[in-house]
Amino acid sequence: MIRAVAIVLLATTAAAAQAPADFKVYDKPGDAGGAIIAEWKGLPDEGKPMAEGGVEYVVSLGLSKDGPWTEIERFPGTLHRKNEAPDLFGFSKSNDSEHFIELEGLVPPPGGPWLGTGRSLPTWVKLEVKSPAGAAVAGPLMAEAAPDWWSWNKSNVLLFILFFGGATFWLISKARRDPNIFVRRIPGLDAMEEAIGRATEMGRPILYLNGLNGMDSISTIASVSILGQVSKRVAAYDSQIMVPCYDAVVLSVCQEVMREGYTAAGRPDKYREQDAWFITQEQFSYVASVDGLMIREKPAACLYMGYYYAESLLLAETGGSTGAIQIAGTDSITQLPFFIACCDYTLIGEELYAASAYLSREPLQLGSLRSQDAGKIFIIATLLIGALTAAAGFPFVKHLMATF
Amino acid sequence: MGHLKRTVPLWIAFIFGVGLIIQYFVPHPISQKALGMTQKWLVIVVFVALLLGLGSLLQSHLRKIKAQSAGWGYSVVTLSVLALTVAAGFHPNNDKPGGPLLWAYTNAYSPMSSTMFSLLGFFIASAAFRAFRARSLEATLLLCTAVIVMLGQVPLGAYIPGVSNLSAWILGVPLTAAKRALTFGVALGSIATALRIIFGIERSYLGGSE
Repeated sequence: MIRAVAIVLLATTAAAAQAPADFKVYDKPGDAGGAIIAEWKGLPDEGKPMAEGGVEYVVSLGLSKDGPWTEIERFPGTLHRKNEAPDLFGFSKSNDSEHFIELEGLVPPPGGPWLGTGRSLPTWVKLEVKSPAGAAVAGPLMAEAAPDWWSWNKSNVLLFILFFGGATFWLISKARRDPNIFVRRIPGLDAMEEAIGRATEMGRPILYLNGLNGMDSISTIASVSILGQVSKRVAAYDSQIMVPCYDAVVLSVCQEVMREGYTAAGRPDKYREQDAWFITQEQFSYVASVDGLMIREKPAACLYMGYYYAESLLLAETGGSTGAIQIAGTDSITQLPFFIACCDYTLIGEELYAASAYLSREPLQLGSLRSQDAGKIFIIATLLIGALTAAAGFPFVKHLMATF
Repeated sequence: MGHLKRTVPLWIAFIFGVGLIIQYFVPHPISQKALGMTQKWLVIVVFVALLLGLGSLLQSHLRKIKAQSAGWGYSVVTLSVLALTVAAGFHPNNDKPGGPLLWAYTNAYSPMSSTMFSLLGFFIASAAFRAFRARSLEATLLLCTAVIVMLGQVPLGAYIPGVSNLSAWILGVPLTAAKRALTFGVALGSIATALRIIFGIERSYLGGSE
């Protein structure tokens, strides 16, 4: 919230120098408090070197109108233009010729910080303009930093969330009325059934990994959801599953999900808590342990779902060397090529999130998949319109999509 | 019991999900404080779960040792090293150079980790061999593209006219376009999944859809 805005109180100390117009000092909008902004219009010829008639700005702070003053920054007329901070001033053409300075967390001697989060004192700001013709002063003006309750510069993100959320709920309600929703085939997910069947026929276990992220990662949640569906099928086929976990929280969730999976398949007696266990939270120790497990147990199928780092290739190559059918699903773009090279099937990016809905065939979940398509159509349309308008010299769509 | 296992977690997911979305738009120190507090709660939950994990690790290896199942010797090694590391953690010289924990880290953990990491070099070679076999039109295109990009990254490529520019174009245009498309898909999928979880449509992470 702006606490103090004052306009043009000039006191010219040298007749030949010109003071900048519209000098304003105010609380920085959309922040946690502790910062104020000073802004002013640029002067003619300010971009020139000092010797050729350019100017130098000097910003000083004080705790009273009469000082004492502490010089905060001295800079030429080419710096601190408002176009450097679109998060504060937008994309107006006039920003090219106007200046600002953000005053935050300053520690002037000897009184300690007078601007900073959790501390705010009324602060006076003075702007001096120096040029070969002389000097002029704008201000001093006072403002007090205060915390704000809303970041207005993030409103476009909110609008997109509301649009996307609205589309999701509309499509879900549509799915409630008409549950026959077409979802394109995802071969990697269809192959899971085959992999579980193969493991049952061979009398060998299925290895299921959740990746290296915790439950705070969407990809791990998606992976755990898939595990629920896989567990149901494993229980139905009376096969065996091994879930070595990297994260202790993920382990607890996996055990619960597997128990429910076995119960849903009508085989609660077949569930064994020890089928999911914790190994370690050290990346390469985990890989060494899982690779050893693959070599010893020779699983018939290896399923890698979730987020992976450098260990992806170490796991998939070792799994491949044991002759297992391998299915991976990750949203880690850097690891996708390794999985594609080593695995029989790979769920790419968003297919991982769609897997739970695809396997469960629950209309409500399938309805939400449609909203992803709606989002994609919106993004493609925005990209096209944005590119065309920007090429024509009207970059308003580009500006509308800017995030801060 | 069903209420505790189903409804309460769904309400927790809803309140914290919506709360953290709103928090993103509220810069006020109260909002920052609330975020900091939930992060501290997360640390506590993770610590408690780590104890569960330790219990699971002990159970799993003790079971193997008891049954003398295949590879039970590794379980003996794991539990012995776990005990030794915990014991070393209580040593008074741990905060000094040469303390037992740092010694174990430098002389045992670090080289073994590096060994595992270095295996990547060999695995990349074997994976590349498999991926680049020109068995189909797509695989041939992949092979040609990979050769151009690799040549563009090494000094030899500078002597072949056009390779550096072509390599830079492949990386800068088609590759970046594909990566951005994937990123959009992942972002939309993340938001849709988050909404499904926050509003209780996706419940399989709780152990079922009922």
